[in-house]
Amino acid sequence: MYVLVTYDVSTSTPEGKKRLSHVAKACLDYGQRVQNSVFEMKVDPAQWTTCKNRLISIVDEATDSLRFYYLGTNWQRRVEHFGAKGSYDIEGPLIV
Amino acid sequence: MKTHLNTLYVTKQGAYLAKDGAAVVVRVDKKPQLRLPLHNLDGIVVFGHVGCSPALMAAAASAGVSISLLTEYGRFLAAIVGFTSGNVLLRREQYRRADDSEKTLALARSFVQGKLMNARTVLLRAARDANEGERKETLTATAKRLSGRLVEVNQATTTDILRGLEGEAATQYFAAFPSLLTRPAKAFNFTKRSRRPPLDPINALLSFVYSLLLHDVRSACEATGLDSVVGYLHRDRPGRPSLALDLMEEFRPYLADRLVFSLVNRQQVTASGFETQETGGVVMDDQTRKRVLVAWQERKQEEIKHPYTGDRMTVGLLPHIQARLLARHLRGDLDAYPPFIWK
Repeated sequence: MYVLVTYDVSTSTPEGKKRLSHVAKACLDYGQRVQNSVFEMKVDPAQWTTCKNRLISIVDEATDSLRFYYLGTNWQRRVEHFGAKGSYDIEGPLIV
Repeated sequence: MKTHLNTLYVTKQGAYLAKDGAAVVVRVDKKPQLRLPLHNLDGIVVFGHVGCSPALMAAAASAGVSISLLTEYGRFLAAIVGFTSGNVLLRREQYRRADDSEKTLALARSFVQGKLMNARTVLLRAARDANEGERKETLTATAKRLSGRLVEVNQATTTDILRGLEGEAATQYFAAFPSLLTRPAKAFNFTKRSRRPPLDPINALLSFVYSLLLHDVRSACEATGLDSVVGYLHRDRPGRPSLALDLMEEFRPYLADRLVFSLVNRQQVTASGFETQETGGVVMDDQTRKRVLVAWQERKQEEIKHPYTGDRMTVGLLPHIQARLLARHLRGDLDAYPPFIWK
């Protein structure tokens, strides 16, 4: 399934900056960064559970927020991209 | 349920693959070009002068992502896989059968049957679409000859006889191969199969696609817990993935050969995309190689109904399903191994 993860982490404190980089690192392990705090992930339910728990354990729910959008398997119809920074299709040919 | 995961192909010379978190990063001139989570991958195939960090090799091995190292022209060099996984009982049974000449014969026969049936279907389908009488005739005549071989295969009493029949059938099949090409361009003048090195563009294409197929089938064997080097039709030889080669036979006509002649017939590859080296070997240029890889990857995304299990799946999943059917047969859940037969 496809999940879109977005987050807002308060960086007013040094701890906040640390949390921000930890959230980004966790997201990078599971998917691709499509915009600054926006990630697209292709995960199976087990991977998603681990990823979600990891993200929730990093953030401070008093100041930060996480949002998950479930795009399902037919995500291609639901995503359009305009402008710079095109992404790769994890299901298409991956050739460098 | 196993899902069909993607394979990353790196053809860019001088590229370097490193591990970053749980992802693989492809760097070219030290600049990151692509970053992919390992869990989205089934395998990594690198061509020629491409570096790979030890940390990535370890992470890939433990995540069950196999890395295959090929020359720039697609000849297989080495594979990086982790600890032998899977069920030791399954492996023992696999070895026991390899020592039993009767059981070896039965399995080897299934692989050859699958290959011949699929080769026949490829020829007959092409014959149906052929409008020139001569081509149609060659194709149907060869298909008929393969049917005859199939009868002999069913009666073969030793594996050696079986190997002989398979060789003869392959020669006949490749003799009809030029008739599969609808545009008999001069450069695509195929007469017979040649390898190490391939002596014409069609042979270069065949060898390249076969090595891609071998990577996939080998990964499927290892992922299922089978030992990819102990085979039945192919004899043991150090370093030879005999079981993968066995299992590959039934896919050669359906997956590889059909891809090669449709690339040529649709003019997706042209004669100018190949060059002859001093040794007489023919290699393809970077652009052609990329086109073949894209076509191969897209082919694996297509959906098919499995003739035996009846499930809908992607073509890329077929080697995994066949490896599992073989494992089920070895475990005694299936009386015989049902090869993949394309209808």
